Amino acid sequence: MGEPGTQDVVRLEDLEASRALTGRKHILALTVEDTPGVLARIAGLFSRRGFNIDTLAVGPTEDPEISRITLTLDGAVHPIDQVTKQLHKLVNVIKIRDMDPETTIAREMALLRVNAGIEGRGEVMQFAEIFQAKIIDVSRRTLTVEITGTQERIDSFERMVRPHGLVEMVRTGEVAITRSRSDS
Amino acid sequence: MRAADALCAALLDEGVEHVFGIPGGASLPLYDALYDSKLKHILARHEQGAGHAAEGYAKASGRVGVAFATSGPGATNLVTPIADAMMDSVPTVFVTGQVRSDLIGTDGFQEADVTGITMPVVKHSLLVTDPRQIPGYIHEAFHIASTGRPGPVLVDVPQDLIRAEIDYAPAEGPPALPGYKPPLQGNIKQIRIAAKALANAKRPVIYGGGGIINANASQEFRDFCRSDRLPVTLTVMGLGAYPAPDEQWLGMLGMHGTRAANYAMDEADLIVCVGARFDDRITGKLSEFAPRAKFVHVDVDPAEISKNVPAHIPIVGDAADVLPKLTREYRALEPETKRLEDWWKRIRSWQAEYPLRYEDSADSEIKPQFMVEAMYEATGGEAIITSDVGQHQMWAAQYFHFDKPRRWINSGGLGTMGFGLPSALGAKVACPELDVVCLSGDGSLIMTCQEMATAAIHEIPVKVFLMNNGHYGMVRQWQELFWDGRYQSVDTGSSPDWTKLAEAFGWSGLKVTDKKQLPGAMREALESEGPVLLDVHVTKDENCYPMIPAGHAARDMVG
Repeated sequence: MGEPGTQDVVRLEDLEASRALTGRKHILALTVEDTPGVLARIAGLFSRRGFNIDTLAVGPTEDPEISRITLTLDGAVHPIDQVTKQLHKLVNVIKIRDMDPETTIAREMALLRVNAGIEGRGEVMQFAEIFQAKIIDVSRRTLTVEITGTQERIDSFERMVRPHGLVEMVRTGEVAITRSRSDS
Repeated sequence: MRAADALCAALLDEGVEHVFGIPGGASLPLYDALYDSKLKHILARHEQGAGHAAEGYAKASGRVGVAFATSGPGATNLVTPIADAMMDSVPTVFVTGQVRSDLIGTDGFQEADVTGITMPVVKHSLLVTDPRQIPGYIHEAFHIASTGRPGPVLVDVPQDLIRAEIDYAPAEGPPALPGYKPPLQGNIKQIRIAAKALANAKRPVIYGGGGIINANASQEFRDFCRSDRLPVTLTVMGLGAYPAPDEQWLGMLGMHGTRAANYAMDEADLIVCVGARFDDRITGKLSEFAPRAKFVHVDVDPAEISKNVPAHIPIVGDAADVLPKLTREYRALEPETKRLEDWWKRIRSWQAEYPLRYEDSADSEIKPQFMVEAMYEATGGEAIITSDVGQHQMWAAQYFHFDKPRRWINSGGLGTMGFGLPSALGAKVACPELDVVCLSGDGSLIMTCQEMATAAIHEIPVKVFLMNNGHYGMVRQWQELFWDGRYQSVDTGSSPDWTKLAEAFGWSGLKVTDKKQLPGAMREALESEGPVLLDVHVTKDENCYPMIPAGHAARDMVG
């Protein structure tokens, strides 16, 4: 940009509005004040604006007055820019980071109880081994497996064991952290 | 001192003189503190009235309006004004009593989770959990309500906590809020790009809204528009930010705006939006809104930018900061005013072909538009006009030529019937030196007519000019136009007898049915000392035109 008064032209036909939809999954990391009602404010904002949260994880941070909320959202459905701007308006939300997939490590944990009688048991145990999952509980008919990994990894484990009969599954939702630079 | 006394002291420190409210069980300690306080309490007769009065006070003065209510039903009665203040960005602080802290969550008597109920409609809310928080929360509430994009803040105070003894020291500087940093200064690079785009635009329109008034930037807005022959239109919330009538003034924009304004948006190549939010009453059918235009969007709330209409040049900042810079950058480019000649020719042709017009009666019948014109004459355009919601509101917006900010007070976003009378009381309390007239409809006025008692007891000499057509006129109009004339539940009949009702409240009441008597009656009402209600009987089935049918494009305007 030149100084005021210079005539470098901004042609109207060259102006473009920013694209609203990114088309990919986004992980938003929110730093929030640990005050009563903060989660209700965020959940309420999402429901009244028609934003759909895919996963949500909440927990304490290194600072006892600050909580961290990790949200995943589909950027093909929601204008992420609008979502973050609305979140910023909440007074208790201190910081929002739209995590860069290139530099982010994301993990989720899931517990799955799978039907595993005499016939299927071996295969379920094999899958668990391949996915580096732990068997944390056993009964005559079922195995309970703990798995940690990316959302996609847990999805594929689920697909593997589902044919055996998935009795119950709980997932934490992803948490994410930025990769530190190797020289730091 | 008691936390209740500290609360009052904090309000006084914030410069509050008047609060509007109604006492109740949970707010007894607060009202006991008022007994010794310098705060002047205006007793409303329904908490909704108190809330709208606080809004009227804020809109007229630019200062934060304050309302008190007790817990439970008192607090839930405030929900409408809180939502209204949110939609129209009105700086307000609502203090509600809450049941004792040990009763919270037990469904105690008059308990309602008012922070929960109001969460979607507040800018922020604070539930006191420790008495020592109370004065600090009041300061936070004022800071948040009045800075950035203004809005309502609720402080909910349990009855036991407000009775506790605490130390009070006046706040030093604004509160530390790590998550609240309203952007004030516009990015100069963006402003320069906007100035250049405007200098290259051949069919520009400046579209302003209530944000200009909230930013106290009407003068800066005028200077900007007049830095060239830029065509100007305003939303219903923005009226008064630019003087009407004026050579560059296109009239109001939107559903009941002028054809010139709506057609100009439709054909514009560049629209500069300042402090407005592309509401559906402005855009009509979004996919066909201003199809040829690029958009500069100036707003203090970043979330408004590209929410409904994608902005090509977003500028986040306070209008009072951005506009002088934009004017300077634009002037420096020495744009050719001549480039706008064809555009003005086009606009003038619309103005000539489609002026605002109505067919006046040949006899004594009072047309509603005539009534607004008579009001403009009688007040010399020098009053604060508050309105309710419906046809009368749109006619006022069309035919009363507002030329100063904060003279037109109405419920634009939420569209709250019942807003007019209590907001007039608030406006009059804030600006006692100005005439305050509430232009209302018979459907709206009855919704909060109990506030006539407030005006009588507190000697607040507002005037109500009631546009009485015996109908929910706007609903009737829609049933006529879009629902095959199947009129359902729109006739309000002949009840009440408004002059008798006015007299019962201690007001003067006067019924006017003859056009010839109207100007004199209005002058008399304005000159009389106390509150007056003029019950003006107008044409029953007059429609408000022009109109863009809901969900249609500007080109589809009718009437």
